[in-house]
Amino acid sequence: MNEVEILNDSAAPPRLNGELVFEAPWQSRAFGVTADLVESGRFSWEDFRTRLITTIGAWESTDVHERPPWDYYTCWVQALEQMLSDSTLLDSSELDGRAFTYAQRPHGHDH
Amino acid sequence: MSSETDHHHQVDPRSPEVRTEALEDLLVEKGLVDRSRVDALIDRFENDLGPMIGARLVAKAWTNPDFRERLLADADAVLISEGVQGAEIEHIEVKANERGVHNVVVCTLCSCYPWALLGLPPNWYKSPEYRARIVREPRKVLEEMGLTLETETELRVWDSSSETRFLVLPEQPEGTDDLDLEDLARLVTRDSMIGVAKAITP
Repeated sequence: MNEVEILNDSAAPPRLNGELVFEAPWQSRAFGVTADLVESGRFSWEDFRTRLITTIGAWESTDVHERPPWDYYTCWVQALEQMLSDSTLLDSSELDGRAFTYAQRPHGHDH
Repeated sequence: MSSETDHHHQVDPRSPEVRTEALEDLLVEKGLVDRSRVDALIDRFENDLGPMIGARLVAKAWTNPDFRERLLADADAVLISEGVQGAEIEHIEVKANERGVHNVVVCTLCSCYPWALLGLPPNWYKSPEYRARIVREPRKVLEEMGLTLETETELRVWDSSSETRFLVLPEQPEGTDDLDLEDLARLVTRDSMIGVAKAITP
């Protein structure tokens, strides 16, 4: 047993300050899917990061009155979509179609 | 309102929730993503990775001058020899606070952060305000966050990138020389390792 394991119970855990790592389940899924794709070698964090910088930069350069409220993981998902499209892993029209289908589901069947 | 419309609450197909669900399902169907691996990755980032890992290194650096010197000179080698998971994918530099010098970390372009040592970054670290203002007016931002520095203290702002992530080695609070490693690590907060706070004085 190393010191990290000993300290895990006693030292400040990630949530000690009351801040959740993820604020909604979809944020953790978006993160986890990205991490899995990187770990399995589909693309690198660096490839993903350049697209994340682009989507964050696009939000920042949009007029204050025309942009949605700041949301980091919305930028993340946009970057992931771009990454999937650029690496031909997932076609954007296929994703649009599936998202449209899911949006039509009756309430109570949306999971 | 008819019962039919009751059953169809408005969901925007462009919302990130719906996009994410559609994207994960399609990737799973194509065999590109494995749900149990995704579950395990999320669990790891939510529960196993966090500031306690960085805090242990800081506490050890406080108590062991030789370790401190090696950590400041070549953090990557130290992290690997300490068995820090994920250390091999990030290049980390440790910047020590000392009398007259205070370090603070930002990622101006996105959210680069030493995951292996601190877990995932807090929301304020990713916010457009912090990323822009900590470079422009660091003293003021730190003051707003509750850290007032002496005017003669030199403030160094480190901009992270995918190549280099930074960890701040805060100063050891006075009067803590007789504490053991575990008690010292409790004084080392996440914010103190980003540089927006000092370590806790017990």
